[in-house]
Amino acid sequence: MSPNHLLLRLLPGLLAVILALALSPAWAGESAGMALLESRCASCHNISGPAPATIHALWARKAPDLFYAGNKFRRTWLVSWLQHPVRIRPAGEFYADHVKPGPERDMVDESTLAPHMALGAADAKLAADALMTLRAHDDLIAKEHVPAGSISRSMGSLVFDKFLGCMACHRVKPDFGGLSGPELYTAGARLKPAFMASYIRSPQSWDPKIWMPNKHVSDTRIVQLVHYLQALSKGGSHE
Amino acid sequence: MNKKSLIFLGGLALWTLFPAAGHTSLAATAKDNYRTYCAQCHGLQGNGRGVNIRDMSVQPRNHTDASYMSQRSDEDLAKADRKGGLAIDKSVLMPPWGDTLSPAEIKDMVQYLRTLCHCTFNSQ
Repeated sequence: MSPNHLLLRLLPGLLAVILALALSPAWAGESAGMALLESRCASCHNISGPAPATIHALWARKAPDLFYAGNKFRRTWLVSWLQHPVRIRPAGEFYADHVKPGPERDMVDESTLAPHMALGAADAKLAADALMTLRAHDDLIAKEHVPAGSISRSMGSLVFDKFLGCMACHRVKPDFGGLSGPELYTAGARLKPAFMASYIRSPQSWDPKIWMPNKHVSDTRIVQLVHYLQALSKGGSHE
Repeated sequence: MNKKSLIFLGGLALWTLFPAAGHTSLAATAKDNYRTYCAQCHGLQGNGRGVNIRDMSVQPRNHTDASYMSQRSDEDLAKADRKGGLAIDKSVLMPPWGDTLSPAEIKDMVQYLRTLCHCTFNSQ
């Protein structure tokens, strides 16, 4: 049998395999999800990396990087938030572009902050599934192990506010804390524990020029902080 | 004179007139770093009135305050910048920037702080 005849004989089978793959629900869903990210998200979010390597690239960033979204976010939160987005960064990104001097202190200029678009339920699930496949920093996540546990609100607050000074830039309830970092009263629902631990350990490993410092937080304190943030996102009280 | 020579001479003239063009000056770099890392607490104008300060138990230093800033040595300012407030017996709210800024950038930052306070170290 000549090569051409062999190809002709195998062709229907090959086409059937390709067709089956194309119609496979999982493959089709992922592909549609990535297409959704490309068309609806990629104009503001970086979905392919790398993170800004210079200050001016940092300033030019319009929205948080998503190329490690699968390492960072909890899927259930993504599906919900994408349908009902609420501002996470009180001063936007880049914060200094949304702040202006005021009579007592610099103030967030709300007029410069645009709301995040909302997706329908089906698209939110598609986007969340696609985002969960973006895992550029599996290496960093693999280094973390956060044991399950708990911490009292008062002890957590002491660690967060007094021992480490995190409240300078982050809010742990809607009306208390700094504004240049993302709010953290929903962090426990929003973020994976290993991501929180890794980011606290070395923000620069995720985002080399970010305005969050590496405070060389000990392993014990990192676990306490993660448990505290998880506690904050549970229940209605932010005390 | 051909076209290439004209372009070369034109570029040479611009370089002579604007020697800083084409590279970032020391002050501009420190100024950019200040806007990125310091301004969130010390304020866009360096007056200690940043966007984060409302709920802080200890207020950030006013870098335009010459009477205070002249009492701190360059070494002290660099140490606070690199290791944070606790390293100089000040607040934990001032974080360490040693993993963010290089030693050269911290040195430049100290000089930039001196331009904000219009002062030098005076041990008297």
